[in-house]
Amino acid sequence: METTLDRLPLGQTARIIAIDWDALDVAEGRRLRELGLLDGTELTALHRGGLFWRDPLAVAIGRMRIAIRARHAAAIRVEAL
Amino acid sequence: MTTASPLVALVGNPNAGKSSLFNALTGARQKIANYPGVTVERHSGRASFADGRPLELIDLPGSYSLTPASLDEAVTRDVVLGRQAGERRPDALIVVVDAGNLDQHLCFALELIGQGLPVVIALNMVDMAARDGLELDAAALAARLGVPVVPTVAVRKRGLDALLDALDGALKQGASAAPAANDDQRALHHQARALARAAIVREAPARRWTHAIDRVLLHPVAGFAVLLALLFIMFQAVFAWATPFADALEGGIGALQGLVIAAMPDGFLRGLIVEGLLGGVGSVVVFLPQILILFLFILLLEASGYMTRAAFLMDGLMAKVGLSGRGFIPLLSSFACAIPGIMATRAMPDAQDRLTTILVAPLMTCSARLPVYAVIIAAFIPATSVGGSPVGLQGLVLFGLYLFGIIGALLVALVLRRTVTKGNTAGMMMELPRYQMPRAGDVLLGLWQRAWAFLRRAGTIILATTVILWLLLTYPKVPEGSNISQVDYSVAGRIASGLEVVVKPIGFNHDIALALIPAMAAREVAVAALATANAVDAGDDEDAMAAALGDTLAGKWSLATALAFLAWFVFAPQCISTIAVTRRETGGWKWPLFMVGYLFVLAYVAAGITYWTAVALGLG
Repeated sequence: METTLDRLPLGQTARIIAIDWDALDVAEGRRLRELGLLDGTELTALHRGGLFWRDPLAVAIGRMRIAIRARHAAAIRVEAL
Repeated sequence: MTTASPLVALVGNPNAGKSSLFNALTGARQKIANYPGVTVERHSGRASFADGRPLELIDLPGSYSLTPASLDEAVTRDVVLGRQAGERRPDALIVVVDAGNLDQHLCFALELIGQGLPVVIALNMVDMAARDGLELDAAALAARLGVPVVPTVAVRKRGLDALLDALDGALKQGASAAPAANDDQRALHHQARALARAAIVREAPARRWTHAIDRVLLHPVAGFAVLLALLFIMFQAVFAWATPFADALEGGIGALQGLVIAAMPDGFLRGLIVEGLLGGVGSVVVFLPQILILFLFILLLEASGYMTRAAFLMDGLMAKVGLSGRGFIPLLSSFACAIPGIMATRAMPDAQDRLTTILVAPLMTCSARLPVYAVIIAAFIPATSVGGSPVGLQGLVLFGLYLFGIIGALLVALVLRRTVTKGNTAGMMMELPRYQMPRAGDVLLGLWQRAWAFLRRAGTIILATTVILWLLLTYPKVPEGSNISQVDYSVAGRIASGLEVVVKPIGFNHDIALALIPAMAAREVAVAALATANAVDAGDDEDAMAAALGDTLAGKWSLATALAFLAWFVFAPQCISTIAVTRRETGGWKWPLFMVGYLFVLAYVAAGITYWTAVALGLG
């Protein structure tokens, strides 16, 4: 199943297949890469911050967990594993 | 500064345990200053090698790479590259990595090793990694990296001697034949993952504890309930726990006043000491226990890793008003004091987001307002419980005032982001570190630094303003036989009479008008000013002087006036130091002036509405 990270069901593990760098500004893209969000990275969607909105999203990458906004997650295409 | 002792910088990712390692290496021998031109704090301290030779350590802001996304990170890059004004290039680096997060933290480590300085890796928090089921081979990692790798547990002071020995060796040897610097994140990540895989001997599934706790604490309903409960307990504790300490302090100050009155002849000096110094400064120092309890909570929440969870929960809400969860930590710090709060915005990458956060930071009720709230609440709100529950009414009112400030801040941010600080919705990307037990030593050191800063403030700016105010209140002396009170006759009283015309419509009396002027220097001086005026009015009548300030006020003010006064202080234009730090952080007078202006208007309107409503309800 292919989707974007913001739509990945919680608890689901997926692999990043593409990131739309044009949807992010340069600094945001760089920070994503520094946090290890790259093509081929495996991650798991963990938590959402609110009941009524989708922001933010917590994901686990290896042993680290990070929080990102849905807007950024929407730029990340993933394939469920 | 001696150039003989080597300068060594601690560098690493955020959450690598860098500051704990810095504390463990330097103990209390620390200095906090600012880098010239920027307001990033420079933490330095001294340590010594096994044979006693000294070295100077600096703790650089946590960073993910040498390409900065914020002012803090720019300092880290500039110091490492030797470009930071006022700082010589370090002779060596201690790169701190979290043993439980190697594939992430080794990226920055690799970039740092490539800079041509002698490097020692502190493989920190190995105990936590072990508890997580990770077994690591430090020697294998060292062999592949070509630099010494020393396992450490900063919070238990383990591995420190070995780390210093390795550092000594690295300094003598000079830079190793380092791989070429590479800032291509993709390549670095590949390399880091390969290294981590080689170093990991055994691995169990990751972080079950943190995962289990997060299931509750990050839950959109349960998590929010916990956050609100924590904040509520915090404000209840500020009132309930501090009382015995505050009473003891107050008793001590009263006893001192009695001693001075008994020992000295009546005159200028005795008046200055008893009314100005002890009466004024003393009335502020009494709040030290409450301020320390507030800071204790903030430090514990930060050290345990909970603070970023709070930011996570708040992000969705803050996004609605155009702020980001990144701003939550600066705003929460502003509950202690707006100055560290505004300085903490330096870690925020988005300029408009940062500016908005700075502008609303003064609406978070800082600890300097606590004395004002505490006196008024104690005087006007009965110390009963709400409906027979263990919840105290006074604590509830205090909680309400804080909430009032927060709602005000959210509304102001909403308006600002649509008008003067328009821009893209800010992003938020941050790491959620693993939970850990706060270390008593680190918390106590933090508390001590806060207590010291508060007492120094009380000893300087608060002392100066209360003494000046006392002089203005005492002279000219009211003529013999006149029935005008000393306060009304004095210079300060006459100025206040002028101001009273402006603030009368919102229910403020002469006392308040008098207190508002020095409150601009430091808000807690409002209490000192009321106390000093009270003491001057009481003259040598010891009974009147001994009467607590609260009781006097309760006799003189109406409830509506007291409530209006509280409302004023929710929005009150901040102290001179906040204006100064805003000017420094925004690089000009435009934004601080804007901030003062809008706060004045809000304070006036809020106090007015409160007063008129209260009067209409028959509380006047």
